Amino acid sequence: MNDMLLSVEDLHVRFRTYAGLVHAVNGMTFNVRQGEIFGLVGESGCGKSVTGFAVVRMVPFPGEIARGRIEFQGEDLAQKSEAEMKDIRGRRIAMIFQDPSASLNPVFSIGNQVTRVIRQHVSASRYEARQLALKMFDAVGLPDPERAFRAYPHELSGGMQQRVMIAMALSSGAELLIADEPSTALDVTIQAQILALLTRLRETQGVSILLITHDLGVVAETCDRVGVAYAGNIVEMGRVEDVLYQMKHPYTQGLLAALPRPTHRGQPLQSIKGSVPDGLRLPAGCPFHPRCPEVMDICQLEKPALVLVGPKDHVAACHLYGEGETA
Amino acid sequence: MNAISLVKTCGLTKIFTSRRGLLSRQQRQVRALDGVDLTIYRQETLGVVGESGCGKTTLGRAIMRLIHPTSGQILFEGQDIAPLNRSDFRRYRRDMQMVFQNPYSSFDPRFSMLNSMAEPLRTHTDLRGEALVKRARELLEQTGMPGEILYRYPHEFSGGQLQRIAVARALALNPKFIVLDEPTSALDVSVQAQIINLLQQLQRELKLTYLFITHDLSVVQHISDRIAVMYLGKIVELSITEAIFSDAQHPYTRALLASAPSLDPEFRRERIILKGGVPDPAAPPPGCSFHPRCPEAMEICSQAEPTFVDVGGGHMVACHLVSQT
Repeated sequence: MNDMLLSVEDLHVRFRTYAGLVHAVNGMTFNVRQGEIFGLVGESGCGKSVTGFAVVRMVPFPGEIARGRIEFQGEDLAQKSEAEMKDIRGRRIAMIFQDPSASLNPVFSIGNQVTRVIRQHVSASRYEARQLALKMFDAVGLPDPERAFRAYPHELSGGMQQRVMIAMALSSGAELLIADEPSTALDVTIQAQILALLTRLRETQGVSILLITHDLGVVAETCDRVGVAYAGNIVEMGRVEDVLYQMKHPYTQGLLAALPRPTHRGQPLQSIKGSVPDGLRLPAGCPFHPRCPEVMDICQLEKPALVLVGPKDHVAACHLYGEGETA
Repeated sequence: MNAISLVKTCGLTKIFTSRRGLLSRQQRQVRALDGVDLTIYRQETLGVVGESGCGKTTLGRAIMRLIHPTSGQILFEGQDIAPLNRSDFRRYRRDMQMVFQNPYSSFDPRFSMLNSMAEPLRTHTDLRGEALVKRARELLEQTGMPGEILYRYPHEFSGGQLQRIAVARALALNPKFIVLDEPTSALDVSVQAQIINLLQQLQRELKLTYLFITHDLSVVQHISDRIAVMYLGKIVELSITEAIFSDAQHPYTRALLASAPSLDPEFRRERIILKGGVPDPAAPPPGCSFHPRCPEAMEICSQAEPTFVDVGGGHMVACHLVSQT
């Protein structure tokens, strides 16, 4: 399909630690289409953040991409040289993180940092960079762009800092924004502002977004499609309305049943027995089988592939749907 | 509901002071709690929600006497515990316990679980030796942890397991009242569900009273009998859970509910996106402290502080919209 912007195929990322090889990402496969917001959702340790870093080839030491394809507009990023990646990172693929105060340098003014990033990626004079920064500040809804430009990071609130990060990320016209838990550290009223901003920027700036989050509510309200990650794999993927309301994989079902819902007040919550597997000792076969309520013999032996389980490319990796057509 | 009060605060106020600069003599005063009147009934779960900096954690800590309130009363079973000194307060300590957000920092990494569990028992009871180990084991088993883990250390456990042990330790002295400060916020949803179920089961079995502090609206809706909504050190709305979610009166409560991303489209509310952020608590706006962000602000809101009034059936609201009519 030619509307694919990013297509990650069979990505494996591992970390060489003293304790042994930690398999953080084990065959992650998903794609982000032009102009969409794709949610990558999962619990801590599922490999969702590492996948985000792997896309821009910034897996922190001692991690490495063991294999896989990361196709961005037809080019395989996994094969690029570091020099070529430098040109793509920030200019064509931008990234923002959970804690904006950790992303901004406290000793430089906001304007200094933003114009430096702009001039790194586009050829502009100081004056032009400043004008562009002010224009972006306005686009992300900073109430007083001039004041924000002169301010130091500590003078802005968390929500305002995150707006600055988004402005910085999109100032050089990136086509893909990787947003790793962009609203998790913020209060709900501010979270709503930031999510509304991302949705609006998708329209006005034509940017596609890979939204990494643990919050299914955020996914339900902002994303077009979603991939559910577990132990470094996608276990289910499709349109938000299919994955969250017609879920097929027992893990997705368990995750949704564990959430407190207004309709289930007074009843005990469903929990998934046990805990997330350790990347050092992944279970054989399907990684979810030790916790799965519907486990079968085959689950302990063979890792299931993603197969079609519904309309509109709704896929799941589960032996319950073994007869389905391979996606 | 058994409507006998267990804990009651009257005009509870906590002012934090700090110097404005390193050498400045000017003082910066933050009213983290500003005259909070709250009654917690026996065997209920009172949820406290609000954004960061609203004073919800300070409220929990002040009631527990982990920080000294600046003024106001804290009545525990009718006795004012606010002015008591350390040794006089000690006998109340066993009736009131607390569980914190981060289970990793709630345990001393050099202490075995037995040591951690034994500390409250050694301090407050005569249990020693075999009997003490037996009690620690019982407590763990009550929270679904195997007794064998007594000889293991904090780093060997996951966050969810540690939070179970923290709950077990809080139960060691058979308290009547437990302050739960964001007990599930550091946990994944599948584990959060286990802890919430455990807390509800223990409440039924042991007739506990909870003050449940959280920023998560779906959790607070699930667990609470009544909910208090806080903004800048004050309670702006207080009612039974159903009324807060179906009939919120304060514009801030409505905005808060509308901001929370919801999974269920039928419960999705029309977004009310508030302008700006929470103002600096050291310089709160005059009048109603919410008025600069309030979509329904009137002239009076910037001049007079609204009073906390009952709009019917114990549903309390501090807003000029309701106190005028």
